[in-house]
Amino acid sequence: MALQAPSRSRLFRSTAFKLTLLYMGVFAIFATAALGYVAWNARRLIEDQIRQTIDAEITGLSEQFRQGGIRRLLVVIEQRARGPGASLYLVTSPFGERLAGNVEQVPVGLLDKAGESEMPYARSTEDAGGSRPAMAIVRVYVLPAGFRVLVGRDASERDRLRDVVRRAGGWALGVVLLLGVLGGFVIARRILKRVDAMSETTVSIMTSDLKDRLPVSGNGDELDRLAINLNTMLDRITVLMGGLRQVSDNIAHDLKTPLTRLRNRADEALRPNATQDDMRRALEGVTDDADNLIRVFNALLMIARLEAGQARETMAPFDASAAANGVAELYEALAEEAGATLTSDIAPGIILHGSRELVGQALSNLVDNALKYGKPSDDVPVHVSLGLRHEGGHVIFTVADRGEGIPADQRARALERFGRLDSSRTKPGFGLGLSLAKAVASIHNGTLALQDNAPGLAVVLTLPAESAGGSHGETGTS
Amino acid sequence: MRLLIIEDDSDSAAYLVKAFREEGHVADHAADGLTGYSMAEGGGYDVLVVDRMLPRMDGLSLIRSLREQNDVTPVLILSALGQVDDRVKGLRAGGDDYLPKPYAFSELLARTEVLSRRRASAASTDATAYRVADLELDRLTRRVTRAGEDIVLQPREFRLLEYLMKNAGQVVTRTMLLENVWDYHFDPQTNVIDVHISRLRAKLDRGQNLPLLQTVRGAGYSLRAEPR
Repeated sequence: MALQAPSRSRLFRSTAFKLTLLYMGVFAIFATAALGYVAWNARRLIEDQIRQTIDAEITGLSEQFRQGGIRRLLVVIEQRARGPGASLYLVTSPFGERLAGNVEQVPVGLLDKAGESEMPYARSTEDAGGSRPAMAIVRVYVLPAGFRVLVGRDASERDRLRDVVRRAGGWALGVVLLLGVLGGFVIARRILKRVDAMSETTVSIMTSDLKDRLPVSGNGDELDRLAINLNTMLDRITVLMGGLRQVSDNIAHDLKTPLTRLRNRADEALRPNATQDDMRRALEGVTDDADNLIRVFNALLMIARLEAGQARETMAPFDASAAANGVAELYEALAEEAGATLTSDIAPGIILHGSRELVGQALSNLVDNALKYGKPSDDVPVHVSLGLRHEGGHVIFTVADRGEGIPADQRARALERFGRLDSSRTKPGFGLGLSLAKAVASIHNGTLALQDNAPGLAVVLTLPAESAGGSHGETGTS
Repeated sequence: MRLLIIEDDSDSAAYLVKAFREEGHVADHAADGLTGYSMAEGGGYDVLVVDRMLPRMDGLSLIRSLREQNDVTPVLILSALGQVDDRVKGLRAGGDDYLPKPYAFSELLARTEVLSRRRASAASTDATAYRVADLELDRLTRRVTRAGEDIVLQPREFRLLEYLMKNAGQVVTRTMLLENVWDYHFDPQTNVIDVHISRLRAKLDRGQNLPLLQTVRGAGYSLRAEPR
């Protein structure tokens, strides 16, 4: 399938693009702040230099005044004012008349008080045809006789610096914006391409049979990790679906037999020459068959519900030893009747947190299975043992027989729903006992394992003893 | 006994009403929760058979409301859910017994009869001794005699007999026995209960002219002096 180029609007809406823009915005703000700080410091430096020069001049001029009076001062100023790149000078009489200097005009009131200020200026010696009025830093100094001296220096250097910084900042910002948008565009496009490839594949996986897998580029980035995890999930789904299909196949197959039998019995009852007794017997058989089928469906439903995690809310502490003893006692009579032996080795006072009902049912299924299938050979009686012990944070139930056992390679299948082994297909039962016990184990966060009892089968139900609240107590029923 | 069947499925309701009437009981029917509630409130019923899922007012709310009114009429809950923890929830809401669908009518009949009799003889169920014909059971000394002769029973056999004698004359089903004697509510897979009964029967009736522990075909067992 050809990949479509990502459309422009989707590109701009993409997370990568938005993140790039955001990053760029933050960067621009910081860059502007840094530039501003540098500019402000440079400006202060320039101003300080100007002030130092002015101070030096004023010191020099006041020395001249002290030595030679106003005349000498005026001469010196006229001299200095004529030099190229000279400072600004102005001397006025106590009445405000201009006596000497290169400044034509000063703002009204500037000379009235001593101190520093700024003013626009035009030098009397130069033509005032500048593009814009230059600014100067000036200082007014009052001499003892009431003469006022104004000394100033051109500050255009400072203003030029400001202009340079402004221009540079503008350019830099422009470049950053441009690069940001371009970068965002490129990155977004790159990521979008991969994400698009992934979602395309997802669509094809959904429409096909979950056979395809997401592309993994192999560079171990976050998209790769996502793809790997999704692939693992798909594998799991495939396995589960396979299991489901297997189960429904098995259900269809294994329920056909009893349904056929049920039908045959009904036919029998409908035979024209059937007597009242025949009909009655046939109908009783039909009821039995129907009951069996209902039992199977109930078990299936129950396994499904357990696997969905239901029944957790009614869990409570219970006496596992008493529950196991109850099951042993329930089946002892049956075992004896069948010429089998059922022995139990149950540690007393073990308390479990969970469902007594479910654990009891699982155990009774296991014991029932063992009595049914645990026959070593025709002339050897069945022997089943039921054990319970507390070991290293686990409560372990064991149901063992001395029969043929289950070969290691068939054990996983024996735990599946309807997973009866071919060797036992001729015997009664639906193969739900083990999978129900397994579901009971998993709802208690435990496990069910099939082990070799050498000879025979040992089914080990291991449940965590946590939250068991100690191992003492006599709350049982026996 | 007078029953009220609160069940929205008209087919199964009609079947139940007919079946109970054939057994000689009086059975009324309500098709939804609210109607059922007002009929039950009117009183006079020995047992209520309540479906869990009902229109207008679900079964559990109905039972809770009745119990809030201090109505102690025994309630048997019928439920299609019938799984794992539904029984616990039903009994918590105030139900007295719980039967998952699908069920055999004989099971329902046996259970409602026990419930209704429990109500009628609420005082006598706590009796310290039971007696059926010449069979006697003393709950305090845990002694069982038949025609004056001691019968030695295992603890579980004693509980089994105790339950049968407490409900003497009634039919008790295998699941009722498993529930009340072993306190397990699942469906026993094989004839585990039958084996216990036949052992008990051997101890009770061996060498006696009058068999007391009787098998009721298609339903269960009953402890009584007269055959039905």
